Amino acid sequence: MTRDEALFEFLLRLGDNTLILGHRVSEWCGHAPVLEEDIALANTALDLIGQTQMWLGLAAEVEGKGRDADKLAFLRDAWDFRNLLLVEMPNGDFGQTLMRQFLFDAWHSVLLGRLMTSSDERVAAIAAKASKEVTYHLERSADTVVGLGDGTEESHARMQAALDYLWPYVGEMFRSDPVDAEMVAAGIAPDPASLREEFDGIVSRVLTEATLEIPASSFGHKGGKDGSFHTEHLGHLLSTMQWLQRAYPGCEW
Amino acid sequence: MSNEWPLWEVFIRGQHGLSHRHVGSLHAPDAEMAIKNARDVYTRRNEGVSIWVVEARHIAATAPGEKGPLFEPSESKVYRHPTFFDIPEEVGHM
Repeated sequence: MTRDEALFEFLLRLGDNTLILGHRVSEWCGHAPVLEEDIALANTALDLIGQTQMWLGLAAEVEGKGRDADKLAFLRDAWDFRNLLLVEMPNGDFGQTLMRQFLFDAWHSVLLGRLMTSSDERVAAIAAKASKEVTYHLERSADTVVGLGDGTEESHARMQAALDYLWPYVGEMFRSDPVDAEMVAAGIAPDPASLREEFDGIVSRVLTEATLEIPASSFGHKGGKDGSFHTEHLGHLLSTMQWLQRAYPGCEW
Repeated sequence: MSNEWPLWEVFIRGQHGLSHRHVGSLHAPDAEMAIKNARDVYTRRNEGVSIWVVEARHIAATAPGEKGPLFEPSESKVYRHPTFFDIPEEVGHM
């Protein structure tokens, strides 16, 4: 694996995370429990799609095979996606969506903070732009997790159930593989494992305030970021997201 | 209706130097979330540099029925506008 091949994989991971989560969050558009949350979720989804354009745009440039961000987003099948399993998990109820968002935002904010000092200026520039948006995403999702976790008996129970369901997908964020090792060697990105301490700090502070209990089990699903074992949910998501380009190849508007 | 979040009035300062203007209202469980919601609902298109929110119940307002005694008396008092001074030519535009 050359450095550019590793960088391409790494950029796909970043872009696929924001693409798949952006799409998931956009599924709430018009369905959120209150108007204000509906608009806020749509804003978050749009931020993530905007970041996707930057990451996948750079990935296509690094790959140098004439593809662009749109082709990468709409013309790859499930096994070519490199997103974390966490972001392809179904929305569930509003609490589950916000818990997923919070866990992702916490990790995302720590990662982007490190990427801002990347040796690759293009990566550093995208991270700096995305970081401002993600700081807000984290503030908002953390507040909502606290509000619902430390809310009524019902909202607390739903948030604890969401945390129990999603926690086994957290570990994948911190697993390293040869792509990561190459990025560390090039000074482009941090070792994923090195993000854990800061992540744990944010998550335990917020979840304690939310009166929620982090599950004791350290079992973790994996297979998303290397594409070896996506969940069955990803294919369904892609069939909705990619339908138009598949039915009308090259269609533009 | 007691399960509804309270109503907040939102004021946005568009540019430095201008005053905050009322732009609308929204629902939120507390002041902090009201500011966040205001950010998402009213500043999506780069409208603001500062946000104020105040719970609507804290705003005291004039009643429409009182507008006669409150506002009509001033309608006939044109002399309250400073339009009766002769401005010397040298002053130019004021």
